[in-house]
Amino acid sequence: MKYSSQAVAKPYFIFALALLAGEILFGLLMATQYLFGDFLFPLIPFNVLRMVHTNLLIVLILFGFMGATYYLIPEESERELWSPWLAKVTFWVFAVAGVVTILGYLLVPYATLAEITFNTLLPTMGREFLEQPTIIKIGIVFVVLSYILNVTMTVIKGRKTVITTVLLTGLFGLAFFFLFAFYLPENLVMDKLFWWFVVHLWVEATWELILGALLAFVLIKVSGIDREHIDKWLYLIIAMTLVSGLVGTGHHFYFMGAPEYWLWLGSISSAVEPLPFFLMILFAYTVTKQRKIQYDNKMALTWAKGTAVMGFLGAGVWGFMHTLAPVNFYTHGTQLTAAHGHLSFYGAYIMIIFTIISYAMPILRGRPKGNCAKAQKVELSAFWLMNIGMMGLTLALTVAGVMQIIQQRTGVNPLGFMEVQATIAPVYYTRIAFGLMVFIGLITYFTSFFIKEEKAK
Amino acid sequence: MIERITKSMAKNIYLGGGLFALLIFTGLTFDTVQQIPKRSNDDKITPSVAAGKNLWEVNNCVGCHTILGEGAYYAPELGNVFQRRGGSDEAGFKEYMKGWMAAQPMSEPNRRKMPQFNLSDKEVDSISDFLIWTSKVNANQWPPNIEG
Repeated sequence: MKYSSQAVAKPYFIFALALLAGEILFGLLMATQYLFGDFLFPLIPFNVLRMVHTNLLIVLILFGFMGATYYLIPEESERELWSPWLAKVTFWVFAVAGVVTILGYLLVPYATLAEITFNTLLPTMGREFLEQPTIIKIGIVFVVLSYILNVTMTVIKGRKTVITTVLLTGLFGLAFFFLFAFYLPENLVMDKLFWWFVVHLWVEATWELILGALLAFVLIKVSGIDREHIDKWLYLIIAMTLVSGLVGTGHHFYFMGAPEYWLWLGSISSAVEPLPFFLMILFAYTVTKQRKIQYDNKMALTWAKGTAVMGFLGAGVWGFMHTLAPVNFYTHGTQLTAAHGHLSFYGAYIMIIFTIISYAMPILRGRPKGNCAKAQKVELSAFWLMNIGMMGLTLALTVAGVMQIIQQRTGVNPLGFMEVQATIAPVYYTRIAFGLMVFIGLITYFTSFFIKEEKAK
Repeated sequence: MIERITKSMAKNIYLGGGLFALLIFTGLTFDTVQQIPKRSNDDKITPSVAAGKNLWEVNNCVGCHTILGEGAYYAPELGNVFQRRGGSDEAGFKEYMKGWMAAQPMSEPNRRKMPQFNLSDKEVDSISDFLIWTSKVNANQWPPNIEG
C-alpha cells in the first residue's frame, strides 16, 4: 500500500462481499418459491424477496465501485485521498441506509412502507430496481455526491491519468442519470422511457466506463506494461461502449409504446454492444501475453481475464441473442431476459469487483506479494465453482425461456402462463442446483481469506 | 489492426463517437417524447387511471408481474390482461377483477401465491382502469398473442 488513505477501501470491500452473500441467499429463496408457492408465503411474498435480491445487487456493486475507487485514486493521483474522514462517514451513512431499506422491505408491507416514508409527497417508489423509498433515494444522491466530491478533489490536486478521467466520467454519468429516478409521470409509457435512462444508461453505458477503468488499472499493475499502451485500449473500449450503448438504449423501446423507428435503430446499434466486451477479451489476453513482470498474486490476473470472458458471454453473447427486434418480439419479458440479466451482472460487474478485491485486499492486509499459494489455490476453486454455477443457472434459465416462448407465444393453441410454468419445473430444479453451487463457491472464496500465511523457514 | 491505432486516434474516436451518439440519442428522445402522447392516448388518462397506476406502484405489482414485458417473470403479463380476462368488455373486466382480487391468496397447495392487498372496490376499479388504458397503448403489435 503506497498511501495510507487507501485503507478506507477495506470496509467497502468487506461490506460488498457480505451483501453478495445475502443477495445469493435471497436468490436461492426465490428459486425455491418458484417451485413451491407456499414456501415462506405469506411471510415473505415473492415481490419482497425479489426487491431484496435486486437491491442488494445494486448496492453491493456501488459499494464495490466505491471501495475500488478509494483504493486506486490515491495511487493514480500520487497523493493521499482528499478526505479519508469523509470516505469513512459516507461508508457508514450508506451502510445504515442500505440495511434500513432492506429491513423496511422485510418488516412491513410495501404499501405501508410507501405511506410511512411519505411517498405521496414525491412519488418515486414501486418501479423495478427503483423500489427504495424517496427519502432513501435522496440519501443515495448525497452519498454519491460526497463520494464524487472526494474523488474529484483528489484527482484535481494530483496526477491526472486516463484511468482517473474515464472513471470520473463514469461516476458523473452515474450520478446524473440517477436523477431520472425522481421523475415519475402519470403516463406509463413516459415513465418507462425515462426509467431506462437510469437502468440502461447505468449498466450499459456509465458503469461500463467504470468497469473499463478498473480493469485497466489492475492490468497495468499485474502486467507491468507501459501505461500508453493500456490507455489506447481503454479509449477504444469506452468509445465502442458509448457508440453502441447510448442509441442501444433503443432495444428497450421496441414494445413499450415508443415509435417504430426504435425497432431498427435499437437493433442496429445494440448489435454492436458485444464489441466493447470482445475488445476487453482481446485487451486482457494481449496484456497477459506481453506482460513484463510475473506478478505473484496470480489470482488477480485470473479474475481480470475471467471478467472479460464472462462479461462478453453474459452481456455480449446473451445480450445479442435477443436484442434484434424480430427476435425480441418473442423473447421480451421471458426467462431469457432473466438468463441474460444474471450472466451479464455477474460476468461484468460482480467479477470486476472480485478482480479488484483479489488484487487490493492482500495488499491492504499487508501481503504485497499476494496471498500464499494455498489460499490462492482455494480462491481458484472458488473462481471455477462460481463461474460454472453461474453458467449452469444461465443455461437453465435459457432453456426455461425457450420452453416458455414455444409453448406460450407460438403455435395455434398457445398455453397460458401458469400452465407453461408448471411444465418448466424440472428446469427450475436444475437452476436451484447451480445456484447452490454459486453459493458454495462464494463460501469457498470467503474461506480463502482465513488461510494463514505459511511461516517462512 | 489495433497495433496501428495510436493513443490519440483512440481518444478522438472516443470523444467524437461518444458525442455523436449522445447527440443522436438526445434528439431521438425529444422526438419520442413528442410522439408518446398520441401513441399512448395520453388524453384518456383520467384521475382513476392515474390512481390505478399509483396503486400499481405502491403495492409493487411489478415485483411479480410484467407490464408491456417489463417487470418480474413470476406471474403473468398484465399489459393485455383486459383482452385476455375481460374479453375487451370494460364492465365485465371490472367485475372479474373484483372477484379475482378478493379471492387472493388462493388455497391450491404450492401454487404460486398472490398476496391479499385489502383494496376497496373503488381502488380495484382504478387498477382496472389503469390496465384498460395500458392495453390500448400502441406497443408495435406486442405481445405476439393473447397469452402475453
